[in-house]
Amino acid sequence: MTRTFKYIAPLAVLMLVLAACDAGDESPGPGASGDGELGGEISIIAVYADAEQEAFMSMIEPWAEEHGVQINYESTRDINAVLTTRLAGGNPPDIAGLPGPGQMAEFARNDQLVALDDVIDLDTYRENYSDAWIELGSADGEFVGIFTKNSVKGGIWYNPAAFEDAGYEVPEDFAGLEALVEQIAEDGTPPWGIGLENAAASGWPGTDWIEDFMLRQSGPDAYNQWWQGELAWTSDEVRSAFEAFGAWAADETYVAGGPNSALNTAFGNGGDCLFEDPPECYLHHQASFITSFFEDNFPDVAESGVTYDFFMMPGIEYDGVVAGGDLFGMFNDTPQARSLMQYLVTPEAQQIWVEIGGALSPNKGVSLDAYPDEISRRSAEALINAETVVFDASDLMPTEMNAAFWSAVLDYVQNPDNLDSILENLDAVQEDSYGG
Amino acid sequence: MDFGTVLMAIIVVIGVPAATVGYALLTERLLKLVRPQRRAAVRPWLWLLPGFAFLGLYLIYPTINTLILSFQNSNSTEFVGVENYATLLNQGGFWQTMLNTGLWIVFFAAVVVLLGILIAVLADRVRYETAVKALVFLPLAISFVAAGVIWNFMYDFDPDRGTVNAIVGIAGVEPQSWLTEWPRNTFMLIIVGIWMWVGFATVILSAGLKGISTELLEAARMDGANELQVFFRIILPLLAPTIAVVATTIVITALKTFDIIYVMTGGNFGTNNLATLFYAERFRAFDAGTAAAVAIILLLAIIPVMLFNIRRFQAQEAIR
Repeated sequence: MTRTFKYIAPLAVLMLVLAACDAGDESPGPGASGDGELGGEISIIAVYADAEQEAFMSMIEPWAEEHGVQINYESTRDINAVLTTRLAGGNPPDIAGLPGPGQMAEFARNDQLVALDDVIDLDTYRENYSDAWIELGSADGEFVGIFTKNSVKGGIWYNPAAFEDAGYEVPEDFAGLEALVEQIAEDGTPPWGIGLENAAASGWPGTDWIEDFMLRQSGPDAYNQWWQGELAWTSDEVRSAFEAFGAWAADETYVAGGPNSALNTAFGNGGDCLFEDPPECYLHHQASFITSFFEDNFPDVAESGVTYDFFMMPGIEYDGVVAGGDLFGMFNDTPQARSLMQYLVTPEAQQIWVEIGGALSPNKGVSLDAYPDEISRRSAEALINAETVVFDASDLMPTEMNAAFWSAVLDYVQNPDNLDSILENLDAVQEDSYGG
Repeated sequence: MDFGTVLMAIIVVIGVPAATVGYALLTERLLKLVRPQRRAAVRPWLWLLPGFAFLGLYLIYPTINTLILSFQNSNSTEFVGVENYATLLNQGGFWQTMLNTGLWIVFFAAVVVLLGILIAVLADRVRYETAVKALVFLPLAISFVAAGVIWNFMYDFDPDRGTVNAIVGIAGVEPQSWLTEWPRNTFMLIIVGIWMWVGFATVILSAGLKGISTELLEAARMDGANELQVFFRIILPLLAPTIAVVATTIVITALKTFDIIYVMTGGNFGTNNLATLFYAERFRAFDAGTAAAVAIILLLAIIPVMLFNIRRFQAQEAIR
């Protein structure tokens, strides 16, 4: 018996060594670029779930079929934590949706993202994308992120049918909006539906509000200084943006269910009150993606142009729009990842999601006719025609600043009287988190 | 699962036992080099060596590394002394976090143990004991995340969705925002923890209860003790070692609770405990130094509980 074991022991060691080799052997196969069969698989992590995940899948499936690549998609709302742990563990996904340009720059600084200069054909990319998107996808002069889908923020959603019943009209300017809000409140309904809850990212819908006020009250220069960390949170500009938001969001006369309801309602349900009969609110402030939530939550009632429509938040001192965008970056240089990145920037790919709805394309090659309805076409136009376009400030801030901003929104809506200490606290975070 | 994964699984299943046996044979080989009289003294150490190696790799090394990280800056490139600890202690949120951790330890542990004893003792007296125990044990089978989601619905602000608000609504109370006002929200979260863990305490305590001999209880009753006296003078002292085990386990659970808070409030509205504060520092603020400092504080908080546990084990060993 001992004799038999004598042979098994070295064999076992040999097997373990073999196993270790097997795990490390994942060199890219031949056929590194070009068309046709690639085979193999690709791992992707992004925030898309449910309806958005289906749309994303429809967008990449034609590519997967053409190249015979198996897609391993993983969805997470907590993308920061998942990406950092996977990177720290040496097991990043091939391609990932990045939380925002701020975080992208941090990944790039740590040399974790693959530079895309020889992946994407820059000449074509420049033709199809405006400079702003190329700049936002670059960190320290290196091109690392591509935009596949945009949203325009600062849309104010309303229910045209309910508006007609109540005799309300779409305001022409900001004074008109203020008058409308007062009118609705006087008639006995809280005008705004607000939902700030989103698990670990709770509070972000409020940052969109404050960004909108910041841009419109103080202009793009102050806006840019603010996210760059050069304008203090306690400055008059930022304070007045918070106050403008709080005048509505932290006052129970103006929010359906009161501020507590805003704190407890998931962002996707924030506009549900538009569709109640009788309406429990008349206005909802949210980016253009919200239409897919309307359609999902009220499949029988929600109808583009009939029961929901939008107008852009009017300018105050300045005109302009805040845009958001979904970035993709490449962590592993595999032929499959290269090919998918090349595919994602094409108008053909982006048109698929545009046609499904809920997405605007940053690619000029996607014709306005591709948009499935009047609303998404007008959103796209709002972005193209805007005099000034700035990017979502919170997504541009360092992660720590962004997270503190989210929490600050919640604190402020709960205790608007504490604004001073909330802003001072944000100043302290600002001092810490910039300057890498 | 592709072929490679299956092959890997097979190799591990066969390879690990084979390697273990191989190691045993190797030690015997090595022992031949030692004088026969001393072999018995050396052998246990050789057998313990792989265990110690793994313990070192997966427990001691990370602990020491965390300690080092806690004295370094946010991306661990230079030493900053005790700055991370100083930052934490000066943060208003930190003391609230400590207070919450304390509330969790006191209320979560106390209620779980008390309810556990109560249910175990009362269930012992009825015929449908198994059904009762199964029922209170059931929530522990649900994952923390699922429990958090379920209770998020329970506490929902909208009485059409939120069961709790619907119930208080019957009594004429306005819908309450259960999870946004401190300190109420921490207690609301503790209730979720209690709901999940009472079953665990009940089952262990019930097993301990069965170990108390019925003759002893009968004798006490014959001597004229009433039921309360039987409980406080006989059952409780005899159950004390079991209670201690349950209590320490629950206290450690309270210190480590993460999922419920993360899912239900994300640590907002002042509900952070040490575990969620660690997460926030590490994965929201990306500050490895401060996060490590929080982890060290958590470790320091757990050490007394562990020491107490070890003492008890030693005392029990001594009795044997």
